[in-house]
Amino acid sequence: MADIALQRRPRIAPALGSALQIGLPAATLIAMLAVIFWIRPSAMSYFGFGLLFKFAVPLMFAALAQMLVIMLGDIDLSIGSFVGFVTCVTALYLNEAPLLAVAILAAGIAVYAGVGLLIHVRQLPSIIVTLGMSFIWLGAAVTLMPGPGGAAPRWLVAFMSWKPPLVPLPVLIALVTAFVGHLVITRSSYGAVLRGAGANPRAVERAGWSLLTIRCAVYAAAGALACLAGLTLTGLTTSGDPNVAPAYTLLGVGAVILGGGAFTGGIVSPVGTVIGALTLALAGSLLSFLQVPPTWQIGAQGAILFLVLAGRVLFSEHRS
Amino acid sequence: MHALSPISGAPRAGAASSVPLIATRAIAKNYGAVRALAGVDFVLAPGEVVGLVGHNGAGKSTLMNVLAGTVQRSSGDFRYDGAEIGPWGAREAQAGGLRCIFQELSLCANLTATENTRIIHASLKGLGWRRRARALIAAALDDIFPGHGIDPDRKVAELAIGERQMVEIARAFTQTSIPVRGVILDEPTSALGHTPTEQLLAHIRKAAAGGIACILITHRLNEILAVSDRVTVMMDGAVVADRPAAGLARSDLVTMMGSIEAHGGTGRVSAPAVDGATVVDHAGRDAADRAIRARRGEIIGFAGLDGHGQRERLRAIYAATSDVPVAYVAGDRGTEGVFPLWSIADNLTIRSLKALQRGGFVVPQAARALAEQWAARLKVKAPDVDTPVLSLSGGNQQKVLFARALASDAQVVLLDDPMRGVDVGTKQEVYALIRAEADKGRSFVWHTTEMDELTNCDRLYVFREGRVVEEIPGAQIDHARILEASFGGAQTGASHG
Amino acid sequence: MSLRLAPWSYGFLVALVMWGATIAYSGVGSAIPTLSSALVFAAFSVVVGSGQMLVIASGPGNIDLSMPSVLTLAAYASMSVMAGSDAMVLPGFLLAITVGALAGMLNYLAITALRLPPIIATLAWSFVFQSFAFNLGGEATLKPPAALSDFTLWSIGGIRVLPVAVMGLTLLAVLVLKRGVGGRHLLAVGQSERAARLAGIPVGRVRLVAYTLCGMSAGLAGFLLSGFSGGAALNMGDTYLLESIAVVVLGGTSVAGGQANAIGIWGAALFFNLMATMLNTFQMQAGIRFLLTGALIILIVAIVPRPKVG
Repeated sequence: MADIALQRRPRIAPALGSALQIGLPAATLIAMLAVIFWIRPSAMSYFGFGLLFKFAVPLMFAALAQMLVIMLGDIDLSIGSFVGFVTCVTALYLNEAPLLAVAILAAGIAVYAGVGLLIHVRQLPSIIVTLGMSFIWLGAAVTLMPGPGGAAPRWLVAFMSWKPPLVPLPVLIALVTAFVGHLVITRSSYGAVLRGAGANPRAVERAGWSLLTIRCAVYAAAGALACLAGLTLTGLTTSGDPNVAPAYTLLGVGAVILGGGAFTGGIVSPVGTVIGALTLALAGSLLSFLQVPPTWQIGAQGAILFLVLAGRVLFSEHRS
Repeated sequence: MHALSPISGAPRAGAASSVPLIATRAIAKNYGAVRALAGVDFVLAPGEVVGLVGHNGAGKSTLMNVLAGTVQRSSGDFRYDGAEIGPWGAREAQAGGLRCIFQELSLCANLTATENTRIIHASLKGLGWRRRARALIAAALDDIFPGHGIDPDRKVAELAIGERQMVEIARAFTQTSIPVRGVILDEPTSALGHTPTEQLLAHIRKAAAGGIACILITHRLNEILAVSDRVTVMMDGAVVADRPAAGLARSDLVTMMGSIEAHGGTGRVSAPAVDGATVVDHAGRDAADRAIRARRGEIIGFAGLDGHGQRERLRAIYAATSDVPVAYVAGDRGTEGVFPLWSIADNLTIRSLKALQRGGFVVPQAARALAEQWAARLKVKAPDVDTPVLSLSGGNQQKVLFARALASDAQVVLLDDPMRGVDVGTKQEVYALIRAEADKGRSFVWHTTEMDELTNCDRLYVFREGRVVEEIPGAQIDHARILEASFGGAQTGASHG
Repeated sequence: MSLRLAPWSYGFLVALVMWGATIAYSGVGSAIPTLSSALVFAAFSVVVGSGQMLVIASGPGNIDLSMPSVLTLAAYASMSVMAGSDAMVLPGFLLAITVGALAGMLNYLAITALRLPPIIATLAWSFVFQSFAFNLGGEATLKPPAALSDFTLWSIGGIRVLPVAVMGLTLLAVLVLKRGVGGRHLLAVGQSERAARLAGIPVGRVRLVAYTLCGMSAGLAGFLLSGFSGGAALNMGDTYLLESIAVVVLGGTSVAGGQANAIGIWGAALFFNLMATMLNTFQMQAGIRFLLTGALIILIVAIVPRPKVG
């Protein structure tokens, strides 16, 4: 009997709804590229793309790490300083003592899992624990390396300046990560459990899953992605710096939200997050192409954030 | 509480031949000093349907949680399928083929019905899992609720509450590598309309015939009597009666639960005696919809199947009423009613601060006096008004919410199905109080999903598909007429409730 | 355990230990000067933290990340208008407060009008405010009027006036939260927005006031801090981003909202500042200080018993 299924207002079809969620940041990205190419047609090239998106690579990984944590309904305020710590370890040891460097990074990932454990077992607010962790990572990095220094291994620098055929490296990395992320988080059967755990942890626990294992694994994965962010960043800057990436914490959050994610847990999109990170990375380039004075550039970035997110409100269905 | 006849805890003679699916002996559960279960013996045979009844706080949900493995028992023996069980967790219950439909929905709203089905089936993985899961849940829905019209690939958040409930029920009956042995249904019909309820009850019988044991918990005693082989009555954490359902009447159950229930209710048939000035006049949203009017001292009822726009209309009236003070008593106490960190007094006075303040600061003595006066009038069971509100039982929390509205200056009180899941005794007390307040000139607009409650009203508006389709004056309030209007006249199901 | 400490007392306790350690190292004579200077520095953290507390208490997810940039912007605006003149101190003060109030309102406007999570809305605004501060002052440090500097350093009979004045503000906050109609409304909104709405509380207005007061406290802190530290500087607010959140939470306010503790902020602020003093006396590296700060934040949050909300 159809008496239960009320048709009070037409609902947007599910497929269209999620297409809009990702479509909007994608449209923004394309619009920004269009403006850049219009001003500087020469940027529309293999070389131009590579240059424009170079620094999007580490931000993308940091944003995906943040996305995993946000998926569980948590937030990680320590990603930026952890990435800084990773650049220091990479620049100091990866060349001379690769085993030691790998061991330290593995320990870092283990600490991430431990943070997940602590948050779960003591039922602590993640915002505070990771706030504390941000001090710890910064302290560890400063102790290792008080200022910028060290040198990235040559192979890492070479990799980051590698020019694969047809597709520039940053674009290639973006495509691959978005695809893998989509498979794992959005499509796979375990991805469904993870997203479920973010939205209704008790339901998932009642179905026989261990929330403790889920939280530890997700935090460890976030730590691993943040390591990738640190490695690629070191490859680009060729040195380590404890204070190189504090902005990644909040820019990562911005990328997740731009990409259609929400803080309520369980609502994230890897493809959207990658596009969000690319958008944020491109915003800086766009502003200098538009010859916005340096003192206004950061403000204009804030304005861009507002514009894109305001678009989401305009296009989204009216929910109360 | 009333004294009861001696307990008959002995298992049925007929069930002795087969190994019981569940057999507990002296199961107890303590939360600190509070004894939620005080030694429960409970037996469930394969293919048996047991109805579990009792007041709020009687321990039904705790017992179910212990059986489902979501709460660990403090002591007692537990045999599952004949085997002695040590620690029993949700994972073990799943592996043993025991499913549970909990009182609060346990679906993940951000996932589709298909993905939610995957959550409870560890074997739904690898390539093609989505296709298999979709087929599984769609088949279960078609089987239990023919003509449901639910798309398994739509996010649960986008479904109506009744549809979610149907997905949750259907999911519990899906089966992969592990056969379903038993299903516990805790208030499964609270959000279902008439037809799905009938469909579910029929399916429970069908499942039982196929060897699946069911435990049904609900306040709707007629449903219990309709499907159960056996009825177990709980009170104060113990089983106080255990009888075959055959031959039991509704009144027998009520007596066993230990409370007096005024039968049928005595609706006031005459028009309100007060001056009759109109205090609510809320226009319908289009020509097909009717305006809602309430006069001083009148009790207006919102009838209709659950989820047909009653709550939305109540909210709209709340938002639109500004010329007279209006208060709202929420039915969903957990998320819309209580302030969980506060005491009874803080919760009770928050609606009245304007009258209790001097220069922007609350006068403590005045606030306390008001809280004590109304906590006493509603007979809130607590040592004093400083008791944290969360330490009260659900029914008493609901009383505090009533007191918040009645202690305020509100001339119009909107009731959003507030008695859902509240025990019979509390209900009767509150009905009397509503009547008394109406006689003093307050107006009530009362949305309820319980037919019996509507007889307390002076006039009804019946809702269907978001609109008021009929207005029934007090003299003509009866079940058949309400059902007819709810279903648009086309359908005349057996009188329900 | 028979001894149960209130959650907010841990900050005071740790602060006391660190004060003791410092005295033990540099002699009894250092006791009073150490405490006195820690109180002054803590006062600034308390002003910022109290504003953040109101926002955090207004409900889960509410947070103001724009405080550092509002602080800086207000400092630049007021320094510009005062231009070192004592006669202009009052207009400068009013301007700093107004800038803060406007910033707070803009934050809340973005949150409601664009339906953004507060963390994103206030982050985006912080970029904008930072740009304004850049353009007002550039890299230059603007000097404060002598009267303002004198006020921040003023002491009567060896007792510093500034911390005492801020303590007065704290007591006011305690009173309003406990007995004020606005305070009750704030805590109700913080516990359950839907319940508050249905209890007739103007949820939007309550949050607007919380964000506005938060902005005003950032403005006040900027004004006082530039007087105290000899002028406005672009990075003057940076340390307060994480510190404002940390002092609120260590002070016993719940990030889940609906519960606030104004006095506890003092304990946490003293802990932060006395630890800096202690490690300076021990001539520890900056890295160690960060490590210890982080470890103590996590430790205190992990061991403090919290009320359970069902």
